[in-house]
Formats: sequence, C-alpha cells, structure tokens
Amino acid sequence: MTQEMDLNQRFEQYIAADQKIEAKDWMPDAYRKTLIRQISQHAHSEIIGMQPEGNWITRAPSLKRKSILLAKVQDEAGHGLYLYSAAETLGISRDEMLDALHTGKAKYSSIFNYPTLTWADMGAVGWLVDGAAIMNQVPLCKCSYGPYARAMVRVCKEESFHQRQGFQIMLTLSQGTAEQKELAQDAFNRWWWPSLMMFGPNDATSKHSEQSMRWKIKRFSNDELRQRFVDMTVPQAELLGLTVPDADLKWNEVTGHYDFGPIDWGEFEQVVAGNGPCNRERIDTRVTAHENGAWVREAATAYAAKSSKRASSQNSAA
Amino acid sequence: MEAQEHEWILRLADDALVLAQRLSEWCSHGPALEEDIALSNIALDLLGQARAMLTLAGGREGRGRDEDALAYFRTDSEYRNALLVELPNGHFGDTITRQMLFDQFAVLRYDALANQSVDLELSAIASKALKEVRYHAAHSSQWVVRLGDGTEESHQRVQESLNVLWPYTEELFEDDAVSQACAAAGILPLNASFKEVWSSQVQSILSEATLSIPESKALLTGGRNGRHTEHLSYMLAEMQVLQRTYPGAEW
Repeated sequence: MTQEMDLNQRFEQYIAADQKIEAKDWMPDAYRKTLIRQISQHAHSEIIGMQPEGNWITRAPSLKRKSILLAKVQDEAGHGLYLYSAAETLGISRDEMLDALHTGKAKYSSIFNYPTLTWADMGAVGWLVDGAAIMNQVPLCKCSYGPYARAMVRVCKEESFHQRQGFQIMLTLSQGTAEQKELAQDAFNRWWWPSLMMFGPNDATSKHSEQSMRWKIKRFSNDELRQRFVDMTVPQAELLGLTVPDADLKWNEVTGHYDFGPIDWGEFEQVVAGNGPCNRERIDTRVTAHENGAWVREAATAYAAKSSKRASSQNSAA
Repeated sequence: MEAQEHEWILRLADDALVLAQRLSEWCSHGPALEEDIALSNIALDLLGQARAMLTLAGGREGRGRDEDALAYFRTDSEYRNALLVELPNGHFGDTITRQMLFDQFAVLRYDALANQSVDLELSAIASKALKEVRYHAAHSSQWVVRLGDGTEESHQRVQESLNVLWPYTEELFEDDAVSQACAAAGILPLNASFKEVWSSQVQSILSEATLSIPESKALLTGGRNGRHTEHLSYMLAEMQVLQRTYPGAEW
C-alpha cells in the first residue's frame, strides 16, 4: 500500500513537472486504460478513415490527384500502424484492438460515417476534417505519455500536408467552372457541421475531459479547440468564396472570436450510436477485409513456423 | 520509326497504369495493414512510371496530349497494356501471383532499357523504375512462396491462381512489327529475348513455393493491339468518369 502510494506520488510529480511517462514506468491503471482507449480509437479512426477517401482513388480526376490521394490514404494506414504500436506499449495486442473495432466495442471518429459523394469531398475532407484533426492532435505531441507524443509528432507533420492538399483541391474547384464551384459549396455544406462535432461534446457534458486534462493527456478543452478551428477556417472559406452554412455565424468584436450557431448534438449522438449514414458499411467493409485475409495471415504464420523449424534443424545438423 | 516507338512506349506506360489502377482498388481491403501499405506503395510506384512515360510519349507526339489526355481520353481499344494486368484482382493470392509474374518480367525489361537503350530519356525513366520494381519483385515472390508453402488451403488457392493466370503470360513475350522495329533501332531488345531468364526465375520461385506450372494450351493475347478482355472497359469507365463528365475542367 505504501509502495503504491510512493509510485503514485512519483507519477504525479512527473506529470506536474511535464516529464514524459514511458512504457515501463509505473502508471495508475486508469491512466493506462484511458490511453489505450484513446490511442486505439485514434488508430481505428485512421484505418476506417481510409475508406471514405479510398472511395475516390480509382476515380481521381487526374493522374497527379490520384498519386496524391493514394499517398495520403497510404499515410493514414501508416498512422494506424504506428498508433497501434504505441498502444501496444501499454500491454494490449493489435489483434485485441482490431477485435474490439470489429465487434463494435471500440469507437472511431464519427466523421467517417458520412459518405464521400463527390470529388469535392476529397477537398472538404482534407481541408476540414484533417484541419480539425490537426487542431486536436497538435497538443497531443506534448501529451504526457512518451510513445503517443512521439507518434503524434510524425502524424501531425503528415496531416498538415494533407490539410493543405485538401485546401488546394477546394481552391482549384472554387476557381473552376460553375459546376465545380457548386460541387465545392455542396461538399462544404455537408462537412462543416460534422467537422465541428469532431471536437466532441461541449465542455459541460464531456465525460472524459476533466481527468485527461489533469493527466496532461489532453491540453485544451473541446470548446476551446472548436473555437480555434472556427476562427481559423472562416477566413479560409472567405478566400475560397464559399458560404459557411450557418446563418448565426458572425464576428464578435468583444470576444475577438466568431460566434456560431448551435450544433445539432442529436445528430452527433445518433451517429455515435451507430445510426449514421455509413456506420454499417464502414464496419462491414473492415470486417470483410479482415475475414477475407484470414487464410493469408494463417499461411504467413504457417510458413514462418516451417522456415524457423527448417533453419533450426539445419543448425543442429551443422 | 517515331510512330512505332510511340506505340511501344504506350505499351510500357499502359502496363504500369492499368496495374496501378488495379492495385489501388486494394486500398483498405488488404489482408493486413502492412499489405494495404505495400500494395498502395507499389501502385504509387507504377503510377509514377506510367506518368513519366505518358508525358514523354505525349510530348514527343506533338499533338498537345499530356499524361491526362492519354490516360483519360483513350478508349479501351486504344489502350496497349497486356491482358494480364487488366484482369480483376480476385483474392489476395490472385493479385500477388499476377504481380509476381509481371514483376519478374518488368525487372528484365527495365534492366535492358536502363542499360542498353539508345533512347536516353527512356533509359533514365527505366533506371529509376528498375530500383522500384526490384522491390516489387522481392515482395511478390516472397508472398508467392509463403502462400504456396503455407497451409494446405493457401497452397490450393494460389495454385489455382497460377492455373488461371498462366495462359496470359505468353503475351508478354510476343513480338510484332513494333517491337521488331524498336529492337532494330536499339531501343529495346525483342520481348522474346526475356523469355528464358524469366522462365527460369519464375520456375525457381514456383518450386520454392511448391507450386507447379500448369499445362496450358490456351494463348490469351491481344492487348498490344487493343483487343482486350471484357474487364478493361469497366475499369476505364470508372477511372475516366470525371474527366469525361466535365470535359475541359481543371482539377
């Protein structure tokens, strides 16, 4: 008991002094569980997030755009891979995490349950969804858990490139034909509100926030980050000549921020609960890929076992 | 000669472009995350090769066609790829067997182009491509061995893949007036000249994989002249949809 108190005290001191907690350091169970939940959710979001964008790779309107999109989706698979690895340092296997995803026990970002209906969605997703993700993720580069913080440094570098390429697609469309401008505005209309929801519930109702802030896993509140995103994005929309789909949006001289209308949390809850437009398809696609790949993974395991057996019998013969 | 070389570069470019398009269909459907990354990486390499060669072909042609004009505004009968690369992906074993058969060929072709060709621009593209396809060849051959010598199920599946794909390989080694003219001009040796080395390398991969070469009398060919399978037209319909729906738009 005394020993645990000492460990806990040392942990708290580390956190207070902005030191990194490393994989082999003692940590409270709840801290470990929170991190596993958050990092695996983040990894799942990267993996599921490949689908809505992967949807347009084969139809990308130029070979250059196809290359960029393919590279971007590949980056996301890479992010998934090193986030799973970061979570594994906490004592959970990738198989366990994937199983939780496939059986619906683990969540992923609800934004990926919306469909990508036109090419302009590749712009809007990069610009808004990756933009919102960066707002959320940059502070994580300084989070208290070392392996996660380091993984996030790399993730953020790539995300920032993704965000710019999304904006660039929107810029090209907004300077294009009348039809292209319509595509851009339509995509903006569909992705704006879900992007604001990406920051999570209002601070007053967010159930995980307070403890995570204390542990320095989270550095800014949901509402702070959301406001920052709105303040950054509105001028960009103006530059693109797009109309923010919010009649209440206006600059507030007093606060120095944009005021915006109420978010439809009913919709958010519906999508989180599994009733969004693509929830079922996203998971079905993932599960099907996993099941179709089972014989391949089994073969690889069997071959590896045979090879090491052959190698050891050769060694013993020599 | 220029027309023949143009035709010949399109064959090379289309092999890469069509296979890249097929591989990119795997994105988020792979058997493991590592393979999603590997297959999209290979697709990206092939796409890069295709773009370089289409740009070269378009530039030399002098009709103002860039890589996108050539990729998006040719019909299936104007495509010059071998049939092998346009076949639907099937399961992972089908895809990786096709990839192995093609990669072994691509290494030999790029090697000859990089080291023997009098066409220095093509040769420069091939030098870069050669480094890439050597990795692809290592990846695909290792997988064929793993699947062939893995479980009973994987062995059966991949043997069946090989049986189906094998009749498409002969087309890679066919020669005609175009390849003969290009060989005579010192641009690239005849396709037939790659056959022996290819056969022995493929044979050695397959025997390590405990797989056997099927006895096939079928000879499935025609892609170099624009006579394709039923599959290519669907692939292009999907690939070209935006360019053809909004002609003249910049993306």
